[in-house]
Amino acid sequence: MSRLSHQNVELAQEIISRYPIKKSALIPLLHLAQEQDGYVADDAMAHIAELCDVTPAEVVGTCSFYEMFKRHPTGTYLVNVCTNISCMLLGGEELLRHVEDTLGVRHGGTTDDGAFTVEDYECIAACTEAPCLQVNYRYFPRITHDEFDELVADLRAGKRTDIPPHGTLGRVRQHIPAAKLAGVVPPDQVDGAPVWLANSEGEAANG
Amino acid sequence: MAEGYITHAPGYVLNDGPKIVTSRFVHDDSFTLTRSRATGGYQGLEACLAKSPAEVHDEVREAVLLGRGGAGFPAGTKWGFCPEGVWPRYLVVNGDESEPGTYKDRLLMELDPHQLIEGCLIACYALGLSQCFLYVRGEMALAQERIATALNDAYDAGLVGKNILGTDFSVDVVLHWGAGAYIVGEETALIESLEGNRGMPRLKPPFFPAAIGLYGKPTIVNNVETLSNVPWIISNGAEAYKRHGSESSPGTRMFAVSGHVKRPGVYEVEHGVTTFRDLIYGDNHCQGIRDGHQLKMFIPGGGSAPWFFEEHLDLPLEARPVGAAGSMLGSGAIVIMDDSTDAVQACLRVVRFFARESCGKCTPCREGTTWEEQILRRIYDGHGRPGDIDMLLDVADNISPGPYPVAADESQGLEAVPFPPKQTTICPLGPSSVAPIVSAIRRFRPEFEARIPVRTTIPVSAGQR
Ligand SMILES: Cc1cc2nc3c(=O)[nH]c(=O)nc-3n(C[C@H](O)[C@H](O)[C@H](O)COP(=O)(O)O)c2cc1C
Ligand code: SF4
Ligand code: FES
Repeated sequence: MSRLSHQNVELAQEIISRYPIKKSALIPLLHLAQEQDGYVADDAMAHIAELCDVTPAEVVGTCSFYEMFKRHPTGTYLVNVCTNISCMLLGGEELLRHVEDTLGVRHGGTTDDGAFTVEDYECIAACTEAPCLQVNYRYFPRITHDEFDELVADLRAGKRTDIPPHGTLGRVRQHIPAAKLAGVVPPDQVDGAPVWLANSEGEAANG
Repeated sequence: MAEGYITHAPGYVLNDGPKIVTSRFVHDDSFTLTRSRATGGYQGLEACLAKSPAEVHDEVREAVLLGRGGAGFPAGTKWGFCPEGVWPRYLVVNGDESEPGTYKDRLLMELDPHQLIEGCLIACYALGLSQCFLYVRGEMALAQERIATALNDAYDAGLVGKNILGTDFSVDVVLHWGAGAYIVGEETALIESLEGNRGMPRLKPPFFPAAIGLYGKPTIVNNVETLSNVPWIISNGAEAYKRHGSESSPGTRMFAVSGHVKRPGVYEVEHGVTTFRDLIYGDNHCQGIRDGHQLKMFIPGGGSAPWFFEEHLDLPLEARPVGAAGSMLGSGAIVIMDDSTDAVQACLRVVRFFARESCGKCTPCREGTTWEEQILRRIYDGHGRPGDIDMLLDVADNISPGPYPVAADESQGLEAVPFPPKQTTICPLGPSSVAPIVSAIRRFRPEFEARIPVRTTIPVSAGQR
């Protein structure tokens, strides 16, 4: 699909402005592309390369390293079932099997209607809450098989407005008003200690 | 829900004992600036601004605040490693929590983002760090949302950004977020990732991030829990901090206890004095192994740590004795496995994780972890070959040569090999894959052997005779 929309280019520029070197914004911008299209489109990567002054190959190189970036359309809801050690001990594998059976798709696959993609996932930092899973990176701790079925019914019925479609992570973005910004300076343009440290050392030297 | 849990903090157990980093968790609005301010939030920052940067650094050094990310290195000492006269210096906060069994940084980010931000600001003030990047794991949408909100509020209130609280101290704190890769938790990979690259570790030594880090400049990398302790230390002083915990491990520490216990959860306990037995069996903590079962083994410090057994229960939660006994406290992740656990399966599951997460930069790890998984998989599936156990140990030895750290086995007269392991790899991920293998084979070799079929002759059909 597409390059970043006009509105997303503005957002992208705001994000880039927070880093001393533009390339640092790559991962947040790839997330932005994924939020826009549900996956990271080739054109979006080319666009990000222009915005960050890097080659498209560098963007693809970074993108392909990280598991969360999907290069092809995925389900609206990404179901990540943790099967790592703590969850395995308390029914993680059985939960994955149940999720696969309920949705009629093996992990790695997407349902025919494009609604759900299932993944066999690694530890998601909820180990005391086993077995657990995430839907679009929202947590469902100590979830039973019945609760999962209810969740699927609710998602299909559009009742879970708290879970945005795949691609959207945090729904609040950081925003730094220009007047409050301390200032982002490229590393090679900084010469000397920051003012508060220099002042304090000055005092120490004088005192 | 069992007693002790708090609805808005899934898994956190409010046990008796001093609370330093989780003190606000009881409030269901603990993550707001209003609640933070009403309960002493940013008082550490105010106290800090009244002192000189050097005094603040001394206070943290004096507190012997051990890093909570895995290696347990004292923060105050690490802070002293920035070379003089090289500017700018950066702070990178490691919020990539993804070591199997670890669950505590996410709680701190979701439930008390202001405490973390305050800790970052104090570190920046003390060391003259000119920008702070808060790297949150990609999969943690709520933590990202809470930190973004907290930063927006803190900027509005003049607590972050230009001329903080009307002083000449100015620093930007930027929320950054990852995209799913365990290896990015390793500090040099974290820096690569923050530079927009593939998250592959850099070779160290000779250069550690404090000397050559982000953009080649001095960079302090600290864990979320480490920095969350800093406001309390500055508000209350190093002396008060050292009144909790043991002499070499002061303060409190968060532990996630998961697996086969009656009350799994995240506990803030006194560091260095509490024992594994207190934590696993104590009424105030996990209340023992689930009914009808006995302890078989436990992982004391996350998936990368060699396994412990019944005889290690009385060790204190303190780095040195745990290291001498052949393992590590690591990331405060304790995984309890009872007698229903299949040692081969548990070993395979942890090894599979490392094989999947190897970044591929060095051959012994990339190839070795894949082989380890394949051999274990065929043993588990009942297709193992008689030489497989030794082959597994041989592959492991290519990644981590020499005697690998492992707990003693008195029944066989084998002594413990102390932590850490040697490595032929760039980072410790490869060697971590060896921990479950050596632990499980030393203790449960018969379970592996029983899985390997005895060869039978190939049946020959009558017609071929
Ligand atoms: C493979 C690997 C993964 C790691 N993952 C994390 C992690 O997720 N979070 C973390 O804080 N430290 C992690 N560490 C440790 C960091 O490299 C680093 O030591 C730590 O962030 C320093 O902070 P501290 O001194 O405050 O503990 C990891 C180390 C390795 C080798
Ligand atoms: S040990 Fe493994 S994870 Fe670490 S740098 Fe080498 S290949 Fe990458
Ligand atoms: S093992 Fe499943 S969340 Fe950690």
